[in-house]
Parts: sequence; C-alpha cells; structure tokens
Amino acid sequence: MIKIENLHKKYGKNKILTGVDLEIPEKGIFAILGPNGSGKTTMIKSILGMVVPEKGKVFINGKETHPNGLYRKNLDYLPQIANFPGNLGVKELIKMIKDLRGTKANEDELIELFGLQGYLDKKLNNLSGGTKQKVNLVLAFMFDSPIIILDEPTSGLDPVAMLNLKRLIAKEKAKGKTILVTSHIMSFVEEISDEIVFLLEGKIYFKGSIQELREKTGEIDLEHAIAHILTENNA
Amino acid sequence: MLKILKYSFFDLIRSRWSYVYLAFYLLLGFVLLFLNNDLSKAVITLMNVIIILVPLIGTIFGVMYYYSSKEFTELLLAQPIKRSSIFIGQYLGVALSLVMSLVIGLGLPFILYGLFESAAIWDFSLLLVTGAMLTLIFTALAFNIALYNENKIKGFSYAILLWLFLAVIYDGLFLLSLILFEEYPLDKFTLIATVFNPIDLSRILILLKLDISALLGYTGAIFNQFFGTSLGLISALGMLTLWVILPVWNIKSKAQKKDF
Repeated sequence: MIKIENLHKKYGKNKILTGVDLEIPEKGIFAILGPNGSGKTTMIKSILGMVVPEKGKVFINGKETHPNGLYRKNLDYLPQIANFPGNLGVKELIKMIKDLRGTKANEDELIELFGLQGYLDKKLNNLSGGTKQKVNLVLAFMFDSPIIILDEPTSGLDPVAMLNLKRLIAKEKAKGKTILVTSHIMSFVEEISDEIVFLLEGKIYFKGSIQELREKTGEIDLEHAIAHILTENNA
Repeated sequence: MLKILKYSFFDLIRSRWSYVYLAFYLLLGFVLLFLNNDLSKAVITLMNVIIILVPLIGTIFGVMYYYSSKEFTELLLAQPIKRSSIFIGQYLGVALSLVMSLVIGLGLPFILYGLFESAAIWDFSLLLVTGAMLTLIFTALAFNIALYNENKIKGFSYAILLWLFLAVIYDGLFLLSLILFEEYPLDKFTLIATVFNPIDLSRILILLKLDISALLGYTGAIFNQFFGTSLGLISALGMLTLWVILPVWNIKSKAQKKDF
C-alpha cells in the first residue's frame, strides 16, 4: 500500500506538485495520467525517494519512508529513460544489479520472454532504443517485490514486446501486487488499469475507475474523456 | 558501500586512461632516475611534478567520472542503497584507483633502482603519502563541484579554474600581498594563507622532511620557525587530513539533499 500526504515539490520557481494526497490500496493496477509536465514522474520519484520533497510524507505499507532508502527493497522501478552505463554488457549489468540488491531474481525467464538471449554479451551502448527498454523491463521485473512502479513502460517497444509486456503485467497482478503505471497510450491504459489517477497542475484532479471518469465527462472513450478534462480546464 | 567501491574501481582500472596515467608515472620515474642518477635528487624533482600534476589529474578524473557515470548513479538511486554509500563509494573508487596508479607507477622504478637500500626511502614514502592525500583532496573537491553543477561544461570549467587558482594564482596573489604589506608583521597571515591551500601545505610538508632550508622559502621558513620540524610535519599532515574530511563530508550532505 502506498499513501502520499500533502506532497509539495518545486524546482526553482516552478511549482510541480502543490499538495498531492493519494492513497493506493493493495493489489491492482493504477494508472497515473496527466498532461506533460503535470508532475507524474516527480510524484513517482518522490515515492522512490529520488526526489526530496519540500513538504509532505510518503508511507509504504503503513511505514513512513526513511531517507536511507532501504525501503526500496519492496519496490521495483522502471525508469522512463533507459540510461545505463554504456561500457557494460547486458549480462554484466543484470549480474551487478542482482549483486547490489542481494536478492533472488528470475531474470532467465524474462530474458527469454523478450528474446534478449542474443544480446547478453553486447555492450549497452550498442543496443537500439527498443532493446534497451527490454533490458530495462527485465531489470524492473526480475525481483519479486510487492510494489512495481512503471514510468512509460511502452516506449520504443514493438507490437510483440508490447503484447508480452501486457501479459507480464497481468501475471504480476494475479500474484496480488500493486502496480503503478504512467503512460500516454490510452488504449494501453484502458486495457490494463483498474483505476486511474489524474494529475493536473500539481494536484490530484480525479481518482477512480475508468467507468466513473466516462460518466463524469460524458465521453465514451478514455482518450476523449481526458481531452475533455484538459480543454475544460484551459477554457 | 564496498560493493559500489568495487564496481567503480574495477570499471576504472579497466579504462584506458588509468593505464595512460600509470604509464606516464612509470616513464617519469625511470627518466628522472636515469637523468639524476641519485635517489634524493630525483625525489625533489618528483615533488615539483607531483604537487602540480596530481591535483590536476584528481580534479579532471573526478568531474569526468561523476558526469560519465550519471546513468549508473541513477540506476543505483532506485535500488535499496543509501545515497551516501553510492557517492562515497564512487568517490573512493576513483580516488583509490588514481592512488594505485601513482604508487605503482612511481614505486616500481624506485624499487628497481634500489630504494630499499637507500636512505631516501622515508622521503620517498612521504612523497607518495602526500601524493595520495592530494589525490583524495582534489577528487573530493571535483565531486563537490560536479554535484553542484548539472551542466557538464560549467562543472569542467570550475574544476579547471579551481586547480589553476590553487596551483598557480594563489601563490601569485600571496606573493603580491607579501610585497604590498611588507612593513607589517606577516607571520600569522602567512601561516593562515598556507593552511588554506593544500598544494602549498604539501610542498612545505615534503620540504620540511627533506630538510632543505634553501628551498623552504618564506612560507616554509615561517612554518618551520613556528612549529619546528616534527611538529610542523604533524600539523601539516593534520591540515591535509582536514582538507580530505571536509569535502568528503560535504559530498555526503549535498548528495542527501539533491534531486535526481
């Protein structure tokens, strides 16, 4: 379970989060949506402790997060941009992260799922964007943590990998995990998520099921419902 | 922290630059011994090189490593590892691999030349210790600069400027102020001004040990007069240690507050 209380964050004069309160119960897939720059990544990074908020608290499983970051052993995180040390091989990288984390991992299954067997000895610098994203996914899913946070998991993936990713997410959900996803691909969000959290101007604008959002906006599909909110707020 | 240190260290000793650095010191050691034909004289020449070059290499390697391992750092930050472990581990990885190049690169030629039978062994050891200290200090300063500057170009410029200031400009300003205020008692000023520059401190430290008063210069003479030789050595070494501790401590506290 994740709970956020009155979270504030600004970069210089630019206020990103202005009092976010959010409670995410156990089990299920929660999509965090919002226009560009609405603070999705900042919120995720605050949960992870990578961003230090001005004000506010984050609780994971009822415990307030400690700045030493050791609570992150319960979290798996997929960063938005797959940045890796370029002179390492794929296999080396996976081994290193396993070693640093010191827990069991089921990377072989994931390597097979995304067809990365042929790339294991290649340097990360020489991989294409999509392949890097697959490595990124392997790193995020290989530990069996109760909470998974995915920042734009679909970027750069081909249709086959996309299908595999959806299957993988469904499998993890079936295990009873809490999964947070951000994405700009509405069909993907509509297909996988149980609930939606909509961020607008640094606050939670809406939280609920897709059905509720449709009713609230009077639009039939999610894409239009989101567009409806955005135009309404700009006008 | 030890795991991070290990990965940074091995990452660096696999890189080409560590070998270039090592080769440079090997070459320098052999050439100096060949030209001087005398261990003690070679130590003095070496001091002049080390005092200027080690800080430069430490600063450049420090900023370079920080910026080029940014991705690695981001990856680590999402893992259940303390921030201080990540940054101190990386810092020690860089600094220790540089120290290793220095010790092996200079140690090897001197040992082959018969260092262990020579009286210069303690002078030489102190030279290596000072070199190690300077590496630790300037790598830590470089990490500080990099932590405060997201912009690589800016970070590099500040790092080079810092080196230039402490290695060259500081002495010039110092000398200028000595001339300008020669009518006043300058002992205290000199003492304090020396303490604020690790390069000057290192020079005095070695010269005190070598006991060559002709080379001590005004600052060294005052230092010697004020502290005496042995107390001077100890206090200079203590100051250098402080120069290591303070920047490292600041790396820790800055890393704790930074957003990634």
